[in-house]
Amino acid sequence: MTTSDPTSRLAWVAQIEAVRDRQDQRAFAELFAHFAPRVKSFLMKSGSSPELAEECVQEVMTTLWNKAALFDPGKASVSTWIFTIARNRRIDMIRKLRRPEPEDLPWGPETEADQSEAMILQEETERLGRALAELPEKQRALIERAYFGDLSHSEIAEQTGLPLGTIKSRIRLALDRLRHSMK
Amino acid sequence: MKKTNMTDINHHLTDPLLMAYSAGTLPEAFSLVAATHISLCDECRARLGSFDAVGGEVMMDAGSVAVSDECLAATLKRINQGAPAPRPAPRKSVLPSPLLDYVGGDLGDVKWRKIGGGVSQMILSTSKDATVRLLRIPAGTAVPDHGHRGTELTLVLQGAFRDATDRFGVGDVEVANEDLNHKPVAEAGADCICLAATDAPLRFNAFLPRVAQKFMRI
Repeated sequence: MTTSDPTSRLAWVAQIEAVRDRQDQRAFAELFAHFAPRVKSFLMKSGSSPELAEECVQEVMTTLWNKAALFDPGKASVSTWIFTIARNRRIDMIRKLRRPEPEDLPWGPETEADQSEAMILQEETERLGRALAELPEKQRALIERAYFGDLSHSEIAEQTGLPLGTIKSRIRLALDRLRHSMK
Repeated sequence: MKKTNMTDINHHLTDPLLMAYSAGTLPEAFSLVAATHISLCDECRARLGSFDAVGGEVMMDAGSVAVSDECLAATLKRINQGAPAPRPAPRKSVLPSPLLDYVGGDLGDVKWRKIGGGVSQMILSTSKDATVRLLRIPAGTAVPDHGHRGTELTLVLQGAFRDATDRFGVGDVEVANEDLNHKPVAEAGADCICLAATDAPLRFNAFLPRVAQKFMRI
């Protein structure tokens, strides 16, 4: 289960805003305490050594600090945003590959993200986390392996002995369920 | 190559492609097509956001491993050496920005090489698990009839082409696999410029192009 609720999710948003507006090291330390061990675990499950994972964690959290002004709580939750940073660092530092990124949306006039929009998004992400935890074990395991990212579908097929078609259809079922529970 | 109104885009990235792009497991050549399509397509940008949210929750649920005592201090040290990221500015280039680095400039800087039949290409440098190229097909011209061993993604950047399945205009991406044998024809009007990625060489159905394939790396 995810160890969070919409309230703590909104607290993370406030902490990132404190980093952005006041370079608040205490807020940063709180974010660090919560996310650094999770990012490290995620990277190690992706096949990284503990040493490399820890170096990568430092890069991820540094990026969080430097890009705090670009975080938009109306578009992504904090956990989603940190995942994208960790994923990019993993490709860059651990797999030593380049990742082409979509162009950023140009920014309009300074607008403070609408609080209610941010609130809805945090709640939806929370609901997604629960829906993911409630997936049938076989489906959830495949989604997780797909995101740990060290294996392609055909490599998962080789390791698990499952036919590629079964893997694809299980993942499709899992996505259908997630969509259904988000309605 | 302005941002296309999303109602104009009829052919999108599939769920498995978006999920693999979100997970970071696509070959670089396919990622380039995905990133370029998403730059033009609000719908797929939003769908990618959902897949990233799944990734975020997978990460949050993946347990935690204690970091060393020095980790926070080392991070703060890095922060003091760095600079904040600049804010993105509106694009001024004709090509969507993910392509600029790979081309080494804008559309006018593309180093086209003729590959026969009036078709030109520029192969872009990526990791070797798949290849990606810009293709320029003169208006009204057909690309030789071909099949695919693996997956081929074709994103239209200018003009349009048609094959037996449908019409593909600016921003549309065709996802072709082994089942599809097709003969894309560029529509009359402007030359059709596409970004095409494959994870296996194309398979041309006529003898001559197959010979040409060896020399031309198409």
